[in-house]
Amino acid sequence: MRDIYLDNNATTKVDGMVVDAMIPYFTEYFGNPSSIHRFADGVAKAIKKARSQVQELLGAEHDSEIIFTSCGTESDSTAILSAIKCQPNRKEIITTAVEHPAILNLVDNLEKEGYTIHRLPVDKRGRLSLEAYKAMLSDQVAIVSVMWANNETGTIFPVEQMAQMANDAGVMFHTDAVQAVGKIPMMLQDTKIDMLSLSGHKLHAPKGIGVLYLKRGTRFRPLLRGGHQERGRRAGTENTASIVGLGVACELAMQYMEFENTQVTAMRDKLEQGIVESIPHCFITGDLNNRLPNTTDIAFEYIEGEAILMLLNKAGIAASSGSACTSGSLEPSHVMRAMDIPYTAAHGTIRFSFSRYNSMDDVDEVLKVMPKIVATLRKLSPYWDSVNNEPVSNPEQAFQPTYA
Amino acid sequence: MWDYSDKVKDHFFNPKNAGAVVDANAIGEVGSISCGDALRLTLKVNDQTEVIEEAGFQTFGCGSAIASSSVLTELIKGMTIDEALKVTNQDIAAELDGLPPEKMHCSVMGREALQAAVANYRGEEWADDHEEGALICKCFAIDAVMIEEMVWANKLRTVEDVTNYTKAGGGCAACHEDIEAILEKVLKERGENFDPNAKPATKPEPLVAAAKGPMTNLQRIKKIEEVLTSLRPALMADGGDVELVEVIGNTAYVNMTGACNGCQMAAMTIAGIQQRLMEVLGEFIKVVPASEMSKLVNIEGAGHA
Ligand SMILES: Cc1ncc(COP(=O)(O)O)c(C=O)c1O
Repeated sequence: MRDIYLDNNATTKVDGMVVDAMIPYFTEYFGNPSSIHRFADGVAKAIKKARSQVQELLGAEHDSEIIFTSCGTESDSTAILSAIKCQPNRKEIITTAVEHPAILNLVDNLEKEGYTIHRLPVDKRGRLSLEAYKAMLSDQVAIVSVMWANNETGTIFPVEQMAQMANDAGVMFHTDAVQAVGKIPMMLQDTKIDMLSLSGHKLHAPKGIGVLYLKRGTRFRPLLRGGHQERGRRAGTENTASIVGLGVACELAMQYMEFENTQVTAMRDKLEQGIVESIPHCFITGDLNNRLPNTTDIAFEYIEGEAILMLLNKAGIAASSGSACTSGSLEPSHVMRAMDIPYTAAHGTIRFSFSRYNSMDDVDEVLKVMPKIVATLRKLSPYWDSVNNEPVSNPEQAFQPTYA
Repeated sequence: MWDYSDKVKDHFFNPKNAGAVVDANAIGEVGSISCGDALRLTLKVNDQTEVIEEAGFQTFGCGSAIASSSVLTELIKGMTIDEALKVTNQDIAAELDGLPPEKMHCSVMGREALQAAVANYRGEEWADDHEEGALICKCFAIDAVMIEEMVWANKLRTVEDVTNYTKAGGGCAACHEDIEAILEKVLKERGENFDPNAKPATKPEPLVAAAKGPMTNLQRIKKIEEVLTSLRPALMADGGDVELVEVIGNTAYVNMTGACNGCQMAAMTIAGIQQRLMEVLGEFIKVVPASEMSKLVNIEGAGHA
């Protein structure tokens, strides 16, 4: 059986060229980039090259705006904690209800310490209201943090416009672009985005390497103080091999940007059309007109996501689910709840996320097995009428449990 | 994904008794689609013998919910309803070779559906007192609702208190921040402030007076018996039990039954018993499952925790 990987928003395969570029920095040039001997030969230069490769992909004005970190989460924490440390009198933070836990758990914690957190709601399609946003901006706000694209639905937020609005109000703006970098073109120098987070493992670089973009002139306080690395803005000996790998990955992402937005999108579109046409009672979540090219999130009614994933896995297909049961909690994902996805469907959402390594054959394979998987589980479901192959007419009435 | 046992996978991929029994005379429904899992159990009970002749399930839920339903129907077929009522959720989990702590609620749902079905057969009301909160302690599968209730009921003040009363936090300790958050919340509602350095509100009574001085072997065995007896109610509340089989030197061989037997919790429970024994006896005691006795392993090598 051929394994099909459609979980690229969770993490990606490291590109072979990235691995090749990294190896010498483990085996030969393992010296500390600050050292002056043969083993450190060219290491500092390699880091500089990687920095410019990242700069290029982001469209940053200066390479010194690129700070290497250990992951997307560290970049997110650094950005927000820096902003509140720089501006101790500003006690409010604006974000959205659908951020990644890297932001949400951080601001929940700051809330306990006395910060006021404004969490912008989304509509049923996962969209933000810019009017509501505008009303929240004030000189009390230390920072706005809005993700560029949502990891579950792929919905893209208008961060460039929102950064401009923040700038007009004199408020710092950060975006968690972990899902967007490498999938959609960016030119940060033309925006008012002050800070941006990216993570290597979402674009075919290794896990454990990230970047915080820090626009020149933005006030900053480091999270980690210590050595002089990253111009004193992120202490700790550089993860040289991964930095070099990330540089190559950024260059490749640049080369494949068009492919991602044509071929990869075509696979995604074919898959979701095929599914919606062949399976009753399912629908696509998020903002269909404004999405990452590689992501589709489909809700299958009356069945549960983890069960679907287990059957997909048995068929050699890797995807993921916003279902509660995959995380061990009893609530469906915060993103599905924020979009007010009906309870009949919220537990049965499956995210397929593509990369340039996928092919149309993968799509055909999923289309072949998916209807059977859904039918199998519906046959077991108390909410499905197997005889007439339709939902029981009134699920909550047909099924009357002693407790709910 | 979850580390499911082969039994769970087998029952999920090849569920037994899926679908409704057509002429069922006992139907139990629990859960709801908004909660993320729901189970309808349909049974055909012989009115003369009260034997469950047929059992069918319809489940909306994750892999372990479906597997728990399937194994439950297999377990109870052929039992009388009185026998079936003795099936605990731990029996269901044990039959599946264990469930991850986050998934134990799936086996609870199975047992509740069974109770509801029997109540339905007997024409009784089945009321559920079950409320489930976010899972806090993954080592001992203790949820927030349980901890909160204990903090209220026993005026607990510290994480140590909570561990003493609920076991939560007694394993890897990663949940101590969450337990502190619960303490903070409840203490605030009680008009107190949480103080991490507070003396435990209720120094749990030493269940058995600590021994003084060196002991004879007989005294030691008696003491060990006393401690085990004092721990049994807590174990039985979890559907388990412990029994002393033999004491050789400073090694106590015990039989664990029910919940603890064979599940991933056994090692934890044994460690807890050992800790308690050492506190009371004031000397090093090794607790080893009696099944290890036949292997005559040396003391250090014993136990597979
Ligand atoms: C939107 C978003 N932000 C942050 C992260 C965290 O990145 P990392 O795993 O590198 O810390 C992820 C990855 O899951 C993500 O999807």
